[in-house]
This record gives sequence, C-alpha cells and structure tokens, in this order.
Amino acid sequence: MLDAFLTALQTVMTGTHLLYLMGGVSLGLAIGIFPGLGGIAGLSLLLPFLYGMEPTTALAMLIGLVAVIPTSDTFTSVLMGIPGSSGSQATVLDGFPMAKRGEAARALAAAFASSLFGGLFGAAILTGFVLIARPVILAFGSAELFMLTLLGLSMVGVLGGNSLVKGLSACGIGLLLGSVGGAPATGEYRMTFGNFYLMDGIPLVVVGLGIFALPEIIDLLRQNRAIAQAAELGSGWMAGVRDLIKNRWLALRCAVIGCIVGALPGLGGSVVDWIAYGHAVQTTKDKSEFGNGDVRGVIAPESSNNAKEGGALIPTLLFGIPGSGSMAVFLGGMVLIGIEPGPSMVTTNLDITYTIVWSLAIANVVGAGACLFLSKWVAKITTIPYALMAPFMITVICFAAFQATRDLSDLVMLLAIGVLGVLMKRFDWPRPAFLIGFVLASGMETYLYQAIQFDGTGFLLKPGVLIIGAITVISIYFAARHASGSSDDSSSESSTRAKPLRATNLGPQTLFAGAICLTFAYGLYDSFQQSMLGGVFTGGVSAIMLILSGIVLFKLATRQVDDSVNFDNEVTAGYQGDHSIASLSHFIFWIAGLIVSCYLVGFLISVTGFFIAFLLVKARASILRTVILTSTAVVFMAALAHVMVLDLPSGLLQDAVEMPWPLS
Amino acid sequence: MKSLPNKKNNVKKLILGMAAGAACITSLTIANPVHAVDFEGERVEWIVPFKEGGGSDTWARFYAPLISENLPGKPVIVVKNIPGGGSTKGANQFQRRAKNNGLNIIGTSGSTQFPYLLGDPRVNYEYKDWIAVLASPTGGVFYVSSELGIKSAEELGSLRGKDLKYASQGATSLDLVPLLALDILDIDVQAIFGMKGRGSGRLAFERGEVNVDYQTSSAYLKKVVPLIDEGKVVPIMSWGVLDDDGNLQRDPTFPDLPHFAEVYEMINGKKPEGTAFKVWKAFFVAGFAAQKGIFLPKGTSQDIVDAWGDAVEKTIKSDDFQRSKELVLGDYPQAVKGKAVKAFNTALDISEADREWVRNWLTTRYNVRF
Repeated sequence: MLDAFLTALQTVMTGTHLLYLMGGVSLGLAIGIFPGLGGIAGLSLLLPFLYGMEPTTALAMLIGLVAVIPTSDTFTSVLMGIPGSSGSQATVLDGFPMAKRGEAARALAAAFASSLFGGLFGAAILTGFVLIARPVILAFGSAELFMLTLLGLSMVGVLGGNSLVKGLSACGIGLLLGSVGGAPATGEYRMTFGNFYLMDGIPLVVVGLGIFALPEIIDLLRQNRAIAQAAELGSGWMAGVRDLIKNRWLALRCAVIGCIVGALPGLGGSVVDWIAYGHAVQTTKDKSEFGNGDVRGVIAPESSNNAKEGGALIPTLLFGIPGSGSMAVFLGGMVLIGIEPGPSMVTTNLDITYTIVWSLAIANVVGAGACLFLSKWVAKITTIPYALMAPFMITVICFAAFQATRDLSDLVMLLAIGVLGVLMKRFDWPRPAFLIGFVLASGMETYLYQAIQFDGTGFLLKPGVLIIGAITVISIYFAARHASGSSDDSSSESSTRAKPLRATNLGPQTLFAGAICLTFAYGLYDSFQQSMLGGVFTGGVSAIMLILSGIVLFKLATRQVDDSVNFDNEVTAGYQGDHSIASLSHFIFWIAGLIVSCYLVGFLISVTGFFIAFLLVKARASILRTVILTSTAVVFMAALAHVMVLDLPSGLLQDAVEMPWPLS
Repeated sequence: MKSLPNKKNNVKKLILGMAAGAACITSLTIANPVHAVDFEGERVEWIVPFKEGGGSDTWARFYAPLISENLPGKPVIVVKNIPGGGSTKGANQFQRRAKNNGLNIIGTSGSTQFPYLLGDPRVNYEYKDWIAVLASPTGGVFYVSSELGIKSAEELGSLRGKDLKYASQGATSLDLVPLLALDILDIDVQAIFGMKGRGSGRLAFERGEVNVDYQTSSAYLKKVVPLIDEGKVVPIMSWGVLDDDGNLQRDPTFPDLPHFAEVYEMINGKKPEGTAFKVWKAFFVAGFAAQKGIFLPKGTSQDIVDAWGDAVEKTIKSDDFQRSKELVLGDYPQAVKGKAVKAFNTALDISEADREWVRNWLTTRYNVRF
C-alpha cells in the first residue's frame, strides 16, 4: 500500500503530468463556463485526442477536465441566475441575490473557496475511504437508497417557504412532473399524451433553467436595471474567503455529505447540492436571509458539489458504474486509454487510483484558484445594463436547454416550465421544493418498487433503512424546532418592522391554485389508466397532493387574506399600478416569439432577428452597437456549434430548403 | 511518438475549423461522383444514438480514429451523440436527414434493432434501406448465485419452483433474450425492472438482491470472473455464436460453457424447435451476434460503399486495432462488407407471425403495451 502511495505521489508530481493536468483544467474551465455544455461536451471534445497518448498523461487531462466542471459553472449561477449545470442549481438561490445586492465578488469568492476546500477535503477522505468502499457501497441496496430519497424529501420541510401546504404542493408538482414518461416498473407511458418527447421524461436541465433562470430574467427586464443594484460593487473576494473560514464547520459537513452521496451509485449528483443546502438551512438559527442572499447558501452547495465528484469516482473505479453523467464519459475515456475499472483498482492498480484521486485534488486547487483570481473582474459583468445583457442570456439559455435532448421540444418545454416558474415566483410557491420533488421523483419510485420486489415490506426492518429513517426523523425534528424558534423571533420583529403589503384581490392566485389542483386531478385520472404497478406512485402522490392543494385553493377562494398562503409579488413588490413597469406577460411573449421563430426558420436566423429587434426596441441601442453585438453573438454560436459538433435547432425552412452551413 | 503527427493534424484541423466558423465561411461541399472517392479535408459525422460514455459511444470512439486513418483522404471522423427514445430518435434523424455522400454514417446497437423488430411506434427508420459496412458481435453469459446450490447447467432443472429474481432494464431491452431463454427452459424467474443498465443489475446481484444475472462478454470477463474465483458465482451457459449455416455453436471465448441450445437438450432430451426458439434466435442475433453495426444511408453510390468497406477491413487488420481491440470489443471476429450485410439480413429478418408472437408474449408476460 505504501508502495502505491509513493508511486502515485511520484507520478502526480512529474512535470508532464502537471502540464497535461493544467491543460485539462483550462479546457474544463473554458467549456464549463457555458451553461448546458459542462463536462460531457468537454470530455467528448477531448476523447479523440486521448487516443494514442500515454495512459497516465491522458488520464491527467481527463481528470483535470472532470474536476473543474462543478467549479466554473458557478459563474453563471451566481452572476446571472442561470444554473450552469444540475450540480449548481442550489447555488443560484443565494448566489444570485448576492450578486443583485452588488456582492457578486464576495459570492464568487466564497463559492470558489468552498469548491477548493470541498475538492481537497473530498480527496483526503477518498484516500482512506477507497480501501473500504466496496462493502460500504454493497451495503446500500434499493431499500437504503429509497430511504435516502425520503431524507432528501424531508428537506422540503425547511425549504418550503412560509406556507407548509404550499411547500408540499409545490414539491408534489415536482414529483408528478418528474414521473412523466415511462414507468420504472412496467415501462408504461404516463401523462405523455402520446408525445414522443415526453416519453423520455422532462430533462432536468430544462427544468432548472426554466424554473430559476427565466423568471429572474423577466423580473430584471421589467425593472430594467443592471443586475447589481448597488452603484459600487461591494466588498471584494477577501470577504468571501473570510465567510468560508467563519463557516468552516458547515463547509466541512457539506463536503462529507457530498462525498457520501456522490459515492452511492443511483442517487445522481443533482440531489447533492439540495441536501447540502437543506442541511445549511436546517442547522442555522436565523433562516430569514436564506433565499435573499445568505452566503451560507452559497458555501453549502459549493463545498458539497466538488466533494461529490471525488465521491462519484468510487463507484466508477470500483464497479465500473458511473455516478454521474460526466463520470460516464470519464469511464468511457478510461476504457479507451486502456484502464479497466474493477476490483483491481484497490489492489494491483491502487497506484492508479491514488494518482487519480490526488490529481483531482490538484486540479481543484488550480481550477478554483484560477476562478477565485478571476472573480473580481468577472463580477463587473453585473453592472452592465440589463437590456444589453438580456438577449445574450436568453440565447444562452435556449442554447443550453436545446443541448438537453437536441430537440425543438426542449425549447417549448423551457417556455412552459418558465411560465410555471414565473407564476410560482409571483405567488410564492417555493421553487426549491418543486425542484427537490422533481429530482427525487424517479429514484424514489424506482427504489421503492425494487425494494418491495426484492424484500417485500420487510425491507423496512433492514438496519440501514432504520438508521437512515432515524436520521430523517431527527432532521425533521430539528427543522421543526428551529422553525418554531425562528417564527417567535420574527413575530417579535414584525411588530417593529413594517408589515409587507398583502394582496387583497386574490383572483389571480386562486386561478393558479385551481390550475394546480386540476393538474393533480389529471395525474390521478391518468394513474387509473395504467396497470397497478405503473400507476400506484403517481396516483398516490396525486391523491395526497389534491387534498393539500385543495386546502390552498379553499383558503384563497374564501378570501382568507391574512393566511400565510396569500402572497402576490405583483402587489408586495409594488409592481401593480406602476405604469413604468411592463406587464408580467410582456417578456414572456418576446421569448415565445423567439421560440416560435426557431420552429420556422431555425435557431441562428431567429437569434439574429431577436438580437436586432430586442436591442433596437428594448435596449434602444444604436445601430452600430446592435450590429456589433448581434454579429458577435451569432458568429460565436456558429463557431461553437462547429467546433463542438453540436446541432443548432433547425426549423421548417431548413427542412424545406437546403441551406449553406451555418444556417443549416 | 508515432501518433504525434496525427494529433497535430487533429489540432490543426480544429483550429482551422474554428477559423472557418469565425469567418462564417460556408463550407458545404458536394461530393463529386465522377472522380475517385476522396474525403480529404472533409468531416465525417458518425451518429451514435446513445449517450456519451456508454458502450456504443465507447465502441464508436474506439473505431473512429482508426477508420479515419484508412479512409481515402483521411477525413476527421467526429462522433455525434443523439440519444433519446431508446435510440430511435438518432436513427430516425439519420433516416430523414443523412446525405449519401459518405460523410454521414450511423452506428447502431441491439437497442436500435429491437424496437425495429418489435414494431415500436417510435421507429421511423428502415434498416433495409441502409448499407451495412461493419457488424461487431459480442456474446453473453448467464450465471447464478452459488447460494442456489447448483454446480452447472445440468442441474438447472432443479431451480424450478425456487424463488429466482433477475434485475432487468425492461422486457423490451436486450434482457428479452435471457428472459425468453428462461421461459423456453420453463424456469420461472421474477424480473424486477427499472435498472439503469447491466452494471446496476450486476450490482444488485452482488448485493444479494437478485440471484440470477447475465452480462455481455467483456463485462463478464472483467467483473464477474473474479466473483467466480471468490466462490460467489456459478456460470451456467453462454448464448453461443452462429456458424455459417446459422446454427448455434459454443462461444469460442467460453469453450467450457454449454450454449443455450445445448442446455435445452440437456434438460429436455431433444433439440429446441418451434416459434419460441425461432424468435429467441432472431433476437439473439440482433442483440448479440450482430450487436453493433456501422451503416451508410440509402442510395450511397457503390464506390463510396467500397471505400468504406475497404477502410474498415484495413482497420481491422491493422496493428493498432489488433493491439487494443480486446479491451473494447472482446475477442470476436468483426464482420465487414458482404459478411456484415449478411449478418444484418439475418438479424433483421423476422416474419410477421413471429413478430406477432413475441409482441403477444411480451404483453401477456410483462404487460408491455404496443
């Protein structure tokens, strides 16, 4: 073992190894910064070059690339509210509000310092854990994984916002939307309306972009200002690093969570940041700032998602089962360069394993360090007037959504989820709860069904199940205790603070709640069209949620103005009656126009038109400026698509007429 | 050092590509059929209707640079993943859009062949239109947990009535082959669906959640054989391979294991026959004997087809290929040109009655709706 230790250390420290590692890191940072591309596109780009390289050198490049993916995607999450990948969705919740407050540099610094810490810590844990990981992973069967999804779901309790029934209903919508498509037990298609796109399920990337990014863009456009409200960009990156040091124990715990959940094959990396975020909220006394720019809401997910990549290496190396999408490509790369994962990775090939683990640590230091260094300048982007930024961001979001399944339906789905997100934001139906439901839906159903098939209901008595069950109960207990404690605080505070405006016209809210109830009713109806095994999960969820959302609807319909379910941002934020602010649907129509146009004439032509129209009409830019910005964007998109072998959406025009290259 | 020029070339092409993109040069070219086939400076798009990193993706990325070296003009071959709809989406797109200039190819797998055979409504592609240039076979081994107490295939009959569980990806996936095989042997096994891949199935087996499993050859060799040595696994049978007359023979990779037809004979005292076995064989060929294939689209001219055939043939004979193929492909003879065409003709030829039979079997046994 000591041999392996020393051999690995020697390999890692050689010049060529470090050089190629840096190469991988730079490529990873450059690609990862673009939402929707992330690691998979980067690795695919790299794979052709790996062939014929010396295995350890090729490995260095691969690792460099994989390691920094959850690092550089933080830029868009914090600065623009666009979740760069599914691993950084939770970062948006507090990172973007911080940027809006003018603290982008601080948020980025805290995020990257946490990433660095999480990555290093993850590698340190892995060094020991990899030796005993095999039995640990084998101990987590379907029953235990099901319990873990329950634990994840219990986070809704703390992320559910002001009204518990609304929080649970929002989570229910997530669960229902997450079950669209083939049933795990029988393969029957549920809630698909015979649509081939829906049969594969709704892609998480599209949901993340629609539910978080679009509503924020629309909100900022209506206010027509730069992202950062403050004229001066606040405290710099030292403040962010200090935040991490102050919250070191939180970061430590979240890194552990990241490592463990990442190491369990089957849960998927997209759950990790939510569990970490929920944990941060749960263990904090004063929760009022979460969601409004609490730096702990950045530190928690970021320290966990870099540790997660380390954890995900374990099932990849030991069992050949990739723990995440980027690990799948990493696995493919390993096979191509001639390294075969399996039990030998902890015996005869232990030195390779350690080379991988430590390279990961070094790549994290370099990658996060570089981002940390850059964050001060990149943060300035938040001072650009928003109308100039918006067309770029909308284009980027559409492009990113299209990468999910490379189908025009991705864009339609983006718009649909975006509208849902806008309404949920307006009426304060908690979007994190929705997303947790969505992320956990398929795992929950699959593992419950499998656990019952494997062990009968006796699975509930397995020791692992009991332990995780106990943790869940404790976590709910603490959440409830903290919640009651903090509500005391707020009630004493609220007497001194001005009461927020409450809506008195509950009509719009009631309509939305009614639509939600109808959705659940449809879910219930659909479940009766399926076989027992295919419909029992969606039917059960729909039935419970029909009752809960029915309560919300009842309270709104009976005009209980003072109840916590009543919330209308149009009133509270003072938009209503303010004629300088565009109506809520105004910018939705702009985006819808872009998407319809994609159907007709394809992406590139549509984007060109959208840029010109938007910049001239909305940003009132000069013609010269419009031409420069438009051509920059279009050329960049075309070049990117060509180099990365990506399709851009093509429309009816392209189907009818043969077009020359960038337009086809 | 030998591969350096190739790499440099690739980088150069990448940079050139970027420059071309930046300058918005319209680089559509029309293959000229009059001259000899030459792909110099072109880019071949290889559609893989699966996700990045999976088995088919790795297979394609293994082949791509090697074939590129042997094509006239050494064009860059890029792999383009179009996953979705159980691989029907990428195949549909290929059927609809592929140009027959030799620069568009597709690499399909058993998961693309099965929906075609089953008449899945999502299938809008027609294999008979395409021209096969390569068929990559693999095999599969069925094994059971040592806790079941049997030592070999001869005792398989004693498993009847025991509580057998099998972790499956779905009844219409490649798992159709083992499920139908066990049904033909009249051994009742409970299939538990919703597995993410064969790897997850193996993990469930290792955890003791299920007690029977199968893996394709390369996964079996690398990940299950160590478990045999630990005494946890008893190998039972391979699916076999087809000889030139279309009969099942022992898989040369596993000469000690009986193939499926042998096992049937051991248990029932006669050779397997009838519709069920005929259907099993059709799906076995489409899922294993001709599992992965490279195809050119409809209407590709003969000289381009020949150029591709020659390139693939040369690739398979090259030292580079021979050195590293075993890791990625297992030790099976790759069929090219006429042999590939023949392999897929066998694989994709199913009579209407047999199709009806298997659809009916899937519906009654596994509640699959078509």
